Amino acid sequence: MARKSHVQTTINGETVEFLCESRQSLLEVLRDELYLTGAKEGCNNGNCGACSVILDGRLVNSCLVLGVETEGKSVETIEGLADPDKLHPIQDAFLENAALQCGICTPGFIMSAKALLDSNPNPTEHEIRYWLAGNLCRCTGYDKIVKAVMDAAKETSA
Amino acid sequence: MKGFEFFEPTTLAEASRLFAQEHAQLLAGGTDLVIGMKALTETPQSVISLQKIPGLDGITTEGDGISIGAMTKVREVELSADIQNHHTALAEGASEIGSIQIRNLATIGGNIAHASPAADTVAGLLVADAQVDIASADGERSVAIDELFTGPGQTVLAPGEIITRFRLPSPASGSHYIKHKIREVMDLAFIGVAAAVNLDNGTITDARIGLAAVAPTPIRATEAENLLRGNELTAELLQQAGEAAAAAASPISDLRCSAEHRKEMVDVLTRRTLQEAVARA
Repeated sequence: MARKSHVQTTINGETVEFLCESRQSLLEVLRDELYLTGAKEGCNNGNCGACSVILDGRLVNSCLVLGVETEGKSVETIEGLADPDKLHPIQDAFLENAALQCGICTPGFIMSAKALLDSNPNPTEHEIRYWLAGNLCRCTGYDKIVKAVMDAAKETSA
Repeated sequence: MKGFEFFEPTTLAEASRLFAQEHAQLLAGGTDLVIGMKALTETPQSVISLQKIPGLDGITTEGDGISIGAMTKVREVELSADIQNHHTALAEGASEIGSIQIRNLATIGGNIAHASPAADTVAGLLVADAQVDIASADGERSVAIDELFTGPGQTVLAPGEIITRFRLPSPASGSHYIKHKIREVMDLAFIGVAAAVNLDNGTITDARIGLAAVAPTPIRATEAENLLRGNELTAELLQQAGEAAAAAASPISDLRCSAEHRKEMVDVLTRRTLQEAVARA
């Protein structure tokens, strides 16, 4: 049995402690140790963006971060986005625009969109497409996703 | 991923001592190492994170010069106003790497230490005439960026030596980087070409050309640079410079494109980057 490290980090605003092996990625820690299964494993090598989370304010692929690297850091995942009784405007816009088909890529796209709108509340369509290049949708529903982000931008910056 | 022991030293000396051991790897942004460990092309027994060592992160100006810590995220290099204004080719190169997610993790030190001939920040550093500061438990030294690489994935770094900083001297007055690729983003360079020039009344007083992915290491096209120095950029000189740069290239054919295509495109892209660098100067 490999030795486990004790890590304390902040996830969606709450202090969380966990034990993990050094070889476990942040994605594996979120899903397998903390049962936060919103972030998805797609390619597991930094290409598809299905595992996107916000780490200390930066959008990253959680499959490329080691769990042991996150000591003292702050992680935002899809689970922290909605209020208990109200979806986040980006989630509403994805529903309204039917911007999901199989849904596997959706949490990554939504976290990516959130990071975009946090840094640029009024992006152009081109800026949205450029920013979302690190998120792949195998159902190829890109147009609806881009439209949803444009609608969410209107909603959140209004 | 195989198991390994994880270290987070807080001093360079400690990191260097750990890194000098066998089967040790440094962890910066993880966008090369973690992928390699998952693919089992990297099976280190100890992984040494540099993130807790103070002073390795950030961009500072020192007179005319700019200093970029090795742990600075590629995204910060891309967005830095100082680098955009004075070392445009480097900012452009940084913006070409992977996705936002990748650029938020990847570091400039990792991009260079990995020593891929196709690294997107390397041509910009070559034309900036960057000095690479290196530390180990035994002390510090500095090498010019064009003397750092010895082959694909190979550098002059000795066991235990760690890149700490890139120092960029007085900037050229105009520079530009072109990445030859198929996809707009999320692609590797077929070729990367950067040019930087200084102009005095239309005469090129200094020119630097950096080529990536066209030789076993990133290279400067010194013959082409010598042709340009002291002259005005006429159509004829531009053509000669492009041909000289292509002659300096020794590319391979691979699944991305043929050696012949690479060589021809070095000529074309050298002319284009030079024209844009001169226009910006």
